[in-house]
Amino acid sequence: MGHPQKAAEFIANNERMKWHDKALWFVREKRDIAAHGLDEWEALREVAKQIKTHTINKLDFYLEEFEKNALEKGLHVHWAKDAKEHNEIVLKLLLSRGAKKLVKSKSMLTEECHLNPYLEANGIEVVDTDLGERIVQLREEAPSHIVLPAIHLKKEDVGKTFEKSLNTQKDNCDPTYLTRAARKHLREKFLNADASLTGVNFGIAETGGIVVCTNEGNADLGASLPKLHIASMGIEKIIPRLKDLSIFTRLLARSATGQPITSYTSHFHAPIEGGELHIVITDNGRTDILADEDFKQSLNCIRCGACINTCPIYRRSGGHSYGYTIPGPIGSTLGASKDLSTNKTLPFACTLCASCSNVCPSKIDLHNQLYKHRQSVVKNGLLGFKKHSILKVATWVMKHPSLLDFSGKIARKIVPKLPRSILYTKINIWGKQRELPKFPQKSFKELYKERKK
Amino acid sequence: MSSRAYILSNIKKNLPSSTIELPETNIPHTSYEDKNEKFKSSLASVGGDALWLKDESIDEFVAKNYPDLAVIVSTCKELTCTNRNPNKPNTPHALESVDLAIIEAEFAVAENGAVWVKNSNNRHRALYFLATKLLIIIKKENIVDTMHEAYERVEFKKAGYGLFISGPSKTADIEQSLVIGAHGPTSACVIFI
Repeated sequence: MGHPQKAAEFIANNERMKWHDKALWFVREKRDIAAHGLDEWEALREVAKQIKTHTINKLDFYLEEFEKNALEKGLHVHWAKDAKEHNEIVLKLLLSRGAKKLVKSKSMLTEECHLNPYLEANGIEVVDTDLGERIVQLREEAPSHIVLPAIHLKKEDVGKTFEKSLNTQKDNCDPTYLTRAARKHLREKFLNADASLTGVNFGIAETGGIVVCTNEGNADLGASLPKLHIASMGIEKIIPRLKDLSIFTRLLARSATGQPITSYTSHFHAPIEGGELHIVITDNGRTDILADEDFKQSLNCIRCGACINTCPIYRRSGGHSYGYTIPGPIGSTLGASKDLSTNKTLPFACTLCASCSNVCPSKIDLHNQLYKHRQSVVKNGLLGFKKHSILKVATWVMKHPSLLDFSGKIARKIVPKLPRSILYTKINIWGKQRELPKFPQKSFKELYKERKK
Repeated sequence: MSSRAYILSNIKKNLPSSTIELPETNIPHTSYEDKNEKFKSSLASVGGDALWLKDESIDEFVAKNYPDLAVIVSTCKELTCTNRNPNKPNTPHALESVDLAIIEAEFAVAENGAVWVKNSNNRHRALYFLATKLLIIIKKENIVDTMHEAYERVEFKKAGYGLFISGPSKTADIEQSLVIGAHGPTSACVIFI
């Protein structure tokens, strides 16, 4: 099922769709207030873009520098070329230390690698500890947003889930009550964990350390209790210098939720006393994107989710409609780069309004990328017979001015006289939720000629 | 070929010939007439409190503001209001019962209410997250405008751990309702001395 079909399911509940749209727009507005509060906002975005572009163009150098410095500080570094190898490295680390219980904080890379089911199949208990992620994990769903994993759910849904899984009071859906219940439940998981796994927001080449940003403190709590801490890092998370964080920490939370900074910005350059810190540097298709001039900018992403919050399609179709790990504009371009055939509908989940490109803190040309992916979809014959044929006919007509004039004239005469039953048949997808405009008497060309006289 | 060699060679193979220079990060930026006031309002916006002690000692402040707490610990040795040594247990798990942790921070950042904590006296970093309440002490002259000045003061030449803390832990994962106190401390107060 492609995006249009899954979006239709989401839209079927009109009230829920409108609520979702509003919730995301609220976050976008908070971002605007935070961004407008700084005169240097645009300069920050420009510098962020330059740092990221510089880095991905010298990525081999910085990865090696990162590894060297991390090893010097006593951290362990692993390299995984794909999801399979990433998962195997993690499992091997866990098994060799006798670890059976893993607490995880947010990591879109592990979602991408489908780590949880792999570990569970191998007898590991995996607990997602970010509240939103725990909620969707208990519901056996995927996150619908990279920063707000449970944004598609109402508090009543969460209340029901907790009632079943955490034995909370019946029909109590007060967010504070539910959050406290999750705190208690997860505290116990933290204290009994054998190992923790976190994502990585930034890997600093100059110092060989990693930075993780959270509001809940779940990454830190996990990483500071059990002896084993595994950090999964995509190769594009590297930044050259420690001071580059002065740019990114100013942009990240403001772009994501409108906060001035996350509650915790932790710099890990050592394991806990008697512990081990392992970093798994993972490619999983990223070097292929690097090879493509049109799309390599997508590796500049710092995963703030601003493009998702602002996207008129995302807000009205929900994160699950994309069917890819990362939804919204950034997910659509990454997904199309990774597997165009499977994700062929994603470049079209876009109005080309460019709002995503305008809010992106590292200035990725998201809408241009989606436009280019559309062309690849057509070139590769993936558009689908109906759409392709209609566009073929349209192209042919438009290539012949007299034919276009003639068809326009006929349409202006006939269409207004046709009954609704013919105009709005099932074939007319466009007319599903739209009314045709009133047809004018004359074409633009005719009016133009008349005025010129 | 190892995966390391595979990834690096794949990158090298695909790199463009042109590169762009690494830019300067210290761009012209906002500064605040009253850093203290800005810090206070930034911290308040994320659910934390800031205050400046005048005649009161930290011990007196704690006795007055945290009267009923059973377990109070600190990494500052000179305090008398504490009743346990957080560095004594051999595992961090023992700190689960801490009601109030009093910790020192190096400096505060006005623009976002964050403080930089890199406490080499503290044995278990879990203290910052397990304690129910957090009280952070900073010398009043140690406050900077933005993260640009902040990162001039941060270094990791040696192995270690450090973090910016901005207010208590929080979440808005249930219907965007802000709840203070997610997994970490449910309150965070910064006092300048």
